[in-house]
Amino acid sequence: MSDALLRVDGVSKHFGGFTALSQVSVQIRRGERFGLIGPNGSGKTTLINCVSGAFFNDGGAIVFEGRDISRLPAYQRTRLGIARSFQIPRPFSSMSVLENLIVPLEYVVHRGSLHTADTRGEAMEILRGMGLADKALTQSNQLSQVELRKLELARAMAARPRLLISDEAMAGLSGAEVDEVLDILFKLNESGITIIMIEHIMHAVMRFSQRVMCLDAGRIICEGTPAETVANADVQRAYLGH
Amino acid sequence: MKVEPGTKRFLIGAIVFLALVYAMTRAVSNEYVFFALYVVLQFIVLATAWNILGGYAGYVNFGSGAFFAVGAYTGVALFKWVDAPVLVQVVAGATMSGLLGLAVGALSLRLRGIFFSIATVAIAIILETVVVNTPYLGGAKGLPILRPGAPPLFHSYLEFVFFLMAVIAVVAVFCARYVETSWIGRGLRAIRDNEGAAECSGVPTLKLKLFAATLSGALMGAAGAPFALYLSFIEPTSVFNLNYAVSALAMPIIGGMSHWIGPVIGAVLLGTVQQLVTVTISSELNVLVVGVLLVVFVVAAPDGILGLVAKLRRRRPPVRQEAPA
Repeated sequence: MSDALLRVDGVSKHFGGFTALSQVSVQIRRGERFGLIGPNGSGKTTLINCVSGAFFNDGGAIVFEGRDISRLPAYQRTRLGIARSFQIPRPFSSMSVLENLIVPLEYVVHRGSLHTADTRGEAMEILRGMGLADKALTQSNQLSQVELRKLELARAMAARPRLLISDEAMAGLSGAEVDEVLDILFKLNESGITIIMIEHIMHAVMRFSQRVMCLDAGRIICEGTPAETVANADVQRAYLGH
Repeated sequence: MKVEPGTKRFLIGAIVFLALVYAMTRAVSNEYVFFALYVVLQFIVLATAWNILGGYAGYVNFGSGAFFAVGAYTGVALFKWVDAPVLVQVVAGATMSGLLGLAVGALSLRLRGIFFSIATVAIAIILETVVVNTPYLGGAKGLPILRPGAPPLFHSYLEFVFFLMAVIAVVAVFCARYVETSWIGRGLRAIRDNEGAAECSGVPTLKLKLFAATLSGALMGAAGAPFALYLSFIEPTSVFNLNYAVSALAMPIIGGMSHWIGPVIGAVLLGTVQQLVTVTISSELNVLVVGVLLVVFVVAAPDGILGLVAKLRRRRPPVRQEAPA
């Protein structure tokens, strides 16, 4: 498939005797909205940790834009165009919201041309897009939960990724807040960014994703359209609790 | 090259400071003043160097004494071997301690958390044992060093070494300030706040940590290099003294770790108090002063003097409008 942005090729990951991922293969197309679901401990976060570089996969390969990135450290993967948000927000808490975004702008986008770059202006622009502009100068440890989620996404976006991995960006948010975050993700996707969404809020994943994959105990048990996935007997047994 | 207004002010301040220090060597005749102030300047360098890794990046070095000692003994070895001038000793001492920082970092900074701190404790013990067992460096009984005569422009060699330490202090603070205000400092703070998130924001965490460990080590080595010539004597128990390690971390904590001026304030305050206590009460008690102040600050003002000042500023009530008559 030539339009694959990311190819996960038979990836395995073990922690001691525990197999977190076993021979997982999947391809994500350019511009796609891809949902990743599965029960707790099924390997979703392990998979994206392997993709983003927090872990190295034990077997298989991770190919991004035709290049095997399995052994690259995380910061180099970010520079190639893979950004992620974290399940539990990890703000740079000693910095203002604006400064949180300046980090990736300085270390990814404007590396080597810092003296000419207007990183503050760019950071403000991203914050405006996320509805966080009025919090720009707030210390990031003063934010509310939904603002922290948005900051996670905003900081990931500041790295100007081609692939954005959103790890449970909506967990614990109210209905209206979920819609707000979904709107942001739709907008980002429209601007050409491929998005992998890990989520437990089923209506959000189903509405957002064009394709959904369900993991259980480190294996893929189903991959298809949202409707197919929900109808799948294995998914119902393993995840949906039918 | 365009120089930022802040940097310009800093450089002017540094030149004025050095001019004052030099004027002092001309005006003051009591050598003890230089002897005491040298220690304060030396602590400015140590505290500033410690803060580059400990304050900005959050990796605590418990072995500052080892880096200081490597600088000092590199200086001694070169002096004994080829009569190297003190400037060469400083450069060589900084290089050796910088390499030590890089080596300890390369071994332990791949892992997050306390492993680096543990390694720094170990390295201090190992190096002290090495020095004690090296007769060329004087072994356990130490080595007297004959100071050269007064260089041109100075009345005595002590004055010269005192001025040299002032220059090293300015260089150290300049380096720290540059790191802090540049993209490097922002990267280090990102590492301290959350290393995983920093890495995912494109920060090459290992490289930055190694850079900070090398720079921090080098500055500590530079602080140690003139030590033997300052004291005319060197022996392992005093250079590897735990006091250096404790002071190097107590001073930034007491002064405030978030800004380059914090370690300077801490060093000036603590260094001066220590000197006063040594002279007026006892040289044993000055160690107690550091300990007590450290505990008080950690409990009552974890952000140091800078944090206290910021807090007071926020609390200051708005100016009262005069009530109409």
